[in-house]
Amino acid sequence: MAVLLDAKTKLLVQGITGHQGQFHTRAMLDYGTKVVAGTSPGKGGTTVEGVPVFDSCFEAVDATGANTSIVFVPAPYAKDAAIEAIEAGIETLVIITERIPFHDCLDIVPYARAKGCRVIGPNCPGLISPGKAKAGIMPSHIFRPGDVGVISRSGTLTYEIVNAITQAGFGQSTCLGIGGDPVIGTSMPEALELLAKDPETKRIVVVGEIGGTTEEETAKRAKRIRKPVFAYVAGRTAPPGKRMGHAGAIISRGMGTAESKIKAFEAAGVPVAAYPVEIAKLLHDND
Amino acid sequence: MKFYEYKAHEIFRKYGILVPRGVLASKPEDIVDPPLPAAVKAQVLIGGRGKAGGIKFANTVEEAREAARAILGMTIGPYTVKQVYAQEMLDIAQELYLSITIDRSARAPLLMASATGGMEIESVPEKSIFRIHLPPLVGLQPYVLRALAKKLALPKDVASQVSDIARKAFALFEDEDAELVEINPLAVLKDGRVMAGDAKLVVDDNAEYRHPEYAELPQDRTPLEEEAHDKGITFIQLDGDIGVIANGAGLTMATLDVLNLKGGKGGAFLDLGGTDDPEKVKQAFEILLKARPSVILLNIFGGITKADTVATGVKEALEEMNIKVPVVARIKGVNEDRAREILRGIGHPADTMEEAAELAVKVKAGGA
Repeated sequence: MAVLLDAKTKLLVQGITGHQGQFHTRAMLDYGTKVVAGTSPGKGGTTVEGVPVFDSCFEAVDATGANTSIVFVPAPYAKDAAIEAIEAGIETLVIITERIPFHDCLDIVPYARAKGCRVIGPNCPGLISPGKAKAGIMPSHIFRPGDVGVISRSGTLTYEIVNAITQAGFGQSTCLGIGGDPVIGTSMPEALELLAKDPETKRIVVVGEIGGTTEEETAKRAKRIRKPVFAYVAGRTAPPGKRMGHAGAIISRGMGTAESKIKAFEAAGVPVAAYPVEIAKLLHDND
Repeated sequence: MKFYEYKAHEIFRKYGILVPRGVLASKPEDIVDPPLPAAVKAQVLIGGRGKAGGIKFANTVEEAREAARAILGMTIGPYTVKQVYAQEMLDIAQELYLSITIDRSARAPLLMASATGGMEIESVPEKSIFRIHLPPLVGLQPYVLRALAKKLALPKDVASQVSDIARKAFALFEDEDAELVEINPLAVLKDGRVMAGDAKLVVDDNAEYRHPEYAELPQDRTPLEEEAHDKGITFIQLDGDIGVIANGAGLTMATLDVLNLKGGKGGAFLDLGGTDDPEKVKQAFEILLKARPSVILLNIFGGITKADTVATGVKEALEEMNIKVPVVARIKGVNEDRAREILRGIGHPADTMEEAAELAVKVKAGGA
């Protein structure tokens, strides 16, 4: 069984009639995902790619038993969509939408947690368990079934690294694009725990970037995990970001830079690739 | 979004937080009835203005105008000072510190306070800083304020004023979509009042649509960055000379890193995001060309981005602007073969980002 997605996954697509929703519904169906319903207020009763469209999540869940949802709804309406899905009983909520104000996520994420709903994202490529299903927007053809679990804060950089892993003859168990926003549903250390418990995952690749301290926390957690973990960190040469007043300096106390993250991983025995493609070499050397 | 000092003060005032009185002026003559004595301060969006001579003190209207005359037109960093703010000087008995920001790891707002504020705040030992997460969904509860007053050992009348300010600062944090509300110093005046000696505010860019009144405020962007922002393109100018275009923030950063490891130096860089609209690609390219890079390194890993459409945009931009800048292009995505065909003759194709970075460095040195 893969992480978060399995044969029992019945996917709802929120915002199915939009350009993105429609496109990715087709792609997810083609990948073998059971897309059972879509929502688009006012367009209930129609179909998209053969998938029935409902006016609300409640109707969609009632009629189809959907248990997982993927959100393509534009940022100003995403909070409404997310809370509606949680209230309708969705268990796993993947939010693709980018540019959602983080104050909205400060409502969505703790509310979901209180209701026992797992959130992935926002601003993320979603989830894929190669050969099984995807609830995401990643290009399917670069993935291959295998035993490497991938966690990433980024979108296209994930594809770059997954591509390198596949080209080198490895495959992926599950790839979790957790998103790069300040407030996300599933953090990097939490995603690491999920993959650590997954019997199909034998080794884990973590793709981090500058900002925040999640990589440093992940490194600490990686030390206690029996599976080998490998990392890449983007942003070694990025210009120093905006300084968040004194508060930022007090919170991070020197953490958050690429240097600090790389040091933390290395101290935890996690090899760090200098180039994205080097992840494949690290996997080989430790095979 | 960042705010000029006077604007931040204005917003704090709107929430009922006491801030020093002040007048804004873009000409010395605009200063008619300033609070005296006054600190006349350059309004710029970067720090270090004091060292640059952007803050002067005045006891009379004449002195205030004199200070304004000296400061207006001054260059601080990349900015020319266009406005000064003549602000009331405070008679401070004690400088405290108060801030509310977002703690990503805890996924909750974090309130921090200290009995020692002002310039020294970053050297205050960690254990003397009061830190408490504000529970999401329910917000600031009275226990937080009781704990704050106890930790800072505030006398009763100060504690009640600080609590009131903290409550208002939290309302501001929530209602204005703030990333940071910082009051430093939080000044206890000799007359017993507690006032925000300085007010810092950063608002989430993603919430711009909820605050149209902020959209027009100037930001610390170069003119080219401003042009890009207006077109919805992420563009940042660096000191190197190899222009980088990639899609997605992570890949853009990784491309700059790889370029650096290969001995090159990233100049302006531009994140195309998820677009493959040829018009937008063209606009992006035009902006990058204005930054006069010696080589352009294009690195696109398209999931569903159409590689040929991106290539068409690149080609048209180069032809229309009639600039001969070598382009090293690595485009993966839908129709990548067609993209390679379109770029033939104008570009140096590469298969991987490592190869592309190496090639860009070589081309720049005149070796390819």
